[in-house]
Amino acid sequence: MCGIIAVIDRAGRRMDGTGIRAALSMMDERGSGEGAGYAVYGAFPEFSDSYAIHVFFDAVHETKAAVDRELEKWGTIVHDEEIPTYENRRIRKVHTPWRYFFKPDPALMPRSTTPEDDIVMHLAMKINTTIPGALVYSSGKNIAIFKASGWPEDVADFYRIQDYEGYIWLGHNRYPTNTPGWWGGAHPFNLLGWSVVHNGEITSYGTNRRYIESFGYRCTMFTDTEVVAYLFDLLVRRHGLTPELAVKALAPPFWDEIDCMEERERTLCKAIRLTYGSAMMNGPFAIVVAKPDGIVGFTDRIKLRPLVCGTAGMRLYISSEEAAIRVMEPELESVTMPAAGEPVIGRLCV
Amino acid sequence: MTIGSVPVRFGITIDRARCMLCGRCVENCPYDVFRRDEDTIHVNSRKCVACHRCVAMCPRDAISIRQRPVDYRDHPVWTEEVREAIYNQARTGKIILAGMGNAKPYPVIFDRLVLDACQVTNPSIDPLREPMELRTYIGKKPKKLEFRYDNGDISLETTLSPNLELATPIMVGHMSYGAISLNAQKSIAMAVKETGTFMGTGEGGLHPSLYPYQDRMIVQVASGRFGVNIDYLERGAAIEIKIGQGAKPGIGGHLPGEKVCEDVSCTRMIPVGSDAISPAPHHDIYSIEDLKQLVRSLKEATSWQKPVFVKIAAVHNSAAIAAGIARSSADAVVIDGFRGGTGAAPRVFRDHVGIPVEAAVASVDAKLRSQGIRNEVSIIASGGIRESADVAKIIALGADAVYIGTAALVAMGCRVCGTCYRGLCPWGIATQRPDLVARLDPEVASKQVANLIHAWTLELSELMGAAGINSIESLRGNRDRLRGYLLDESTMRVLDVKPVGA
Repeated sequence: MCGIIAVIDRAGRRMDGTGIRAALSMMDERGSGEGAGYAVYGAFPEFSDSYAIHVFFDAVHETKAAVDRELEKWGTIVHDEEIPTYENRRIRKVHTPWRYFFKPDPALMPRSTTPEDDIVMHLAMKINTTIPGALVYSSGKNIAIFKASGWPEDVADFYRIQDYEGYIWLGHNRYPTNTPGWWGGAHPFNLLGWSVVHNGEITSYGTNRRYIESFGYRCTMFTDTEVVAYLFDLLVRRHGLTPELAVKALAPPFWDEIDCMEERERTLCKAIRLTYGSAMMNGPFAIVVAKPDGIVGFTDRIKLRPLVCGTAGMRLYISSEEAAIRVMEPELESVTMPAAGEPVIGRLCV
Repeated sequence: MTIGSVPVRFGITIDRARCMLCGRCVENCPYDVFRRDEDTIHVNSRKCVACHRCVAMCPRDAISIRQRPVDYRDHPVWTEEVREAIYNQARTGKIILAGMGNAKPYPVIFDRLVLDACQVTNPSIDPLREPMELRTYIGKKPKKLEFRYDNGDISLETTLSPNLELATPIMVGHMSYGAISLNAQKSIAMAVKETGTFMGTGEGGLHPSLYPYQDRMIVQVASGRFGVNIDYLERGAAIEIKIGQGAKPGIGGHLPGEKVCEDVSCTRMIPVGSDAISPAPHHDIYSIEDLKQLVRSLKEATSWQKPVFVKIAAVHNSAAIAAGIARSSADAVVIDGFRGGTGAAPRVFRDHVGIPVEAAVASVDAKLRSQGIRNEVSIIASGGIRESADVAKIIALGADAVYIGTAALVAMGCRVCGTCYRGLCPWGIATQRPDLVARLDPEVASKQVANLIHAWTLELSELMGAAGINSIESLRGNRDRLRGYLLDESTMRVLDVKPVGA
């Protein structure tokens, strides 16, 4: 189960959250009221140079000081505030969502080629594993995540997402089956620029988790999807793969297909499978990953979960259901269903 | 005071009404249990080792062998085995030799682990209808790949190290010519060729009749360096340095002179009739740095075209050693558990030294991951792999592939009588006596070994499919697919698995 929807305006024009709220609500049958969430890219133009670090606090007064201290060790808190929420009878406020706008000091991570990102990643892992009652659930620049336990429309109203605008939106309606429905476990999952929504289960999670943790990532959200954000961060940001190559690592062609490729491509695909075999994901999944300059959608290698794409002008939509896309955009120019493991990529043209 | 005789262990009876005096039992028993005297077959049960050759060959099913109930005074501590060992050593003053694997009833961790399966939300995959990928590459992998992007063209900058390509993650481990017969080696060689996998030569060199299978052979360099020269190294598909063996960690090897016939002499490059004694350590390896030198020397000698493995016995510091091996330029580390078989070992070592492969692989995998180097080296598990479920479980604990030994011998007919060290194997496997060796038909035995590997591969596919996994990479190190059933908490911590129901 689970319903996912993503949209990118490739021209960079910003959309408010009204459309995605309606589209996700249309897929209420795919959820169970135990988790929904949204990601929006371009949410904070006034703080676009700062990392927007989102934290769920269990008890603000007791734990916030510890998080502040940790952040201040590594840089400057430009601004911070409680994320506005609006009373909603159907959502009980479990955590206090907070956002920091933070500028890391790159001089403190001298051996890194991407020191600011590495500092923020380190902080996310450190806070999540050492400060009880604080959970960093989003840490990218100009990116906001809104998630909680509830139905899509209630979560949207709780945060009033129609007040936010962005050029990429992701939405997720959760039907938790193996892990508890809680705020931290709702999608999207985010690390730095990466945000992930996912329908399905990753049966290779045990392998992926052990792999990613050997590179310094720590899984703290009690669910399988979390690794996808970390795998993209490792493969694309740290190892320099393109999103297409990253998808080849995560949902690679079968060996029989690789054997039939012409030599150059065969060598490439074989090298990716050998090197990133532990990153490959198994089980039923349809996933959309967003990054600041685009979105990537793909399914597992035998397409055990649905994924459909629609285009209209400069907008690319990816969703579990065509009907959801049509809620946002009734007049689509094309509707396609990607093959198993085939990436669908929408890039920003500006 | 004399010790006298000890009670007979196996009692043989012949159903005289069924026996037709064909004499096959007499011909088949190399231990001289049977003797024909005109119209009677006489039996000397005292010599029986329960190899079952007579039972298998009797056309009338007239022979039965029963383990005799112990007739010592029953005692929970001073068991029959303990007392007989003392009687034997009091009589001889020697080390007691034993064949096959550990004969102590230690609990088997594999049997306290259960595999997981999917239902509904993560659907199981049907291997009859969907592709299942068991192809495995053994060898060094880069930590990351480098690419060159050129006008939309992507080309690979990283050069990959040579890897062995296995059609299934099941290989046959090292059993030397000497320990087993040439026919047994040929049988295995044909089987691994048929099934797209590999076998080890053991430390006995490579016999010319195995040259047609050399691209399926992993040649071994043990402390005795028997049979090792550049031709031998170049013939193999990979090279394995044997530091230790699961059945006898910390000691060397000994092939008695009487097994060193003309042919074995040529293959091992030692004089006929001389004992082949492998020292306990390699005399040029006393540290990880020394090991690194040998690894790199072997690579240099073979133009960096052959993967080099290092095999160690599973012991409590395997994890730290394996981390050193991984950094020594070696391509794979082989962990041989204390249930590994042997042609001959001191009984006290076989039964009391080492640790189970399950725990060793789990701790090696964890250590390599904690150092961020797990992905760069392959782990091969061996020593006590008895069935396909064991293969699935050890891969989920972190192995890339397994070596089987005893299981392959059993597929050829071995009845696990445990007397390989006597060189009289009536099945033609662990012997060099020409008449006994001739009993093993390589064509037939190879089919049986190939059938076994094929059957396990099918079962492994089914187990993976049930777990919703269609590629072996996603089973490797996937501890989530395992649960401990009545395992103690400390062992589960080492294995990093949850209990059943969690």
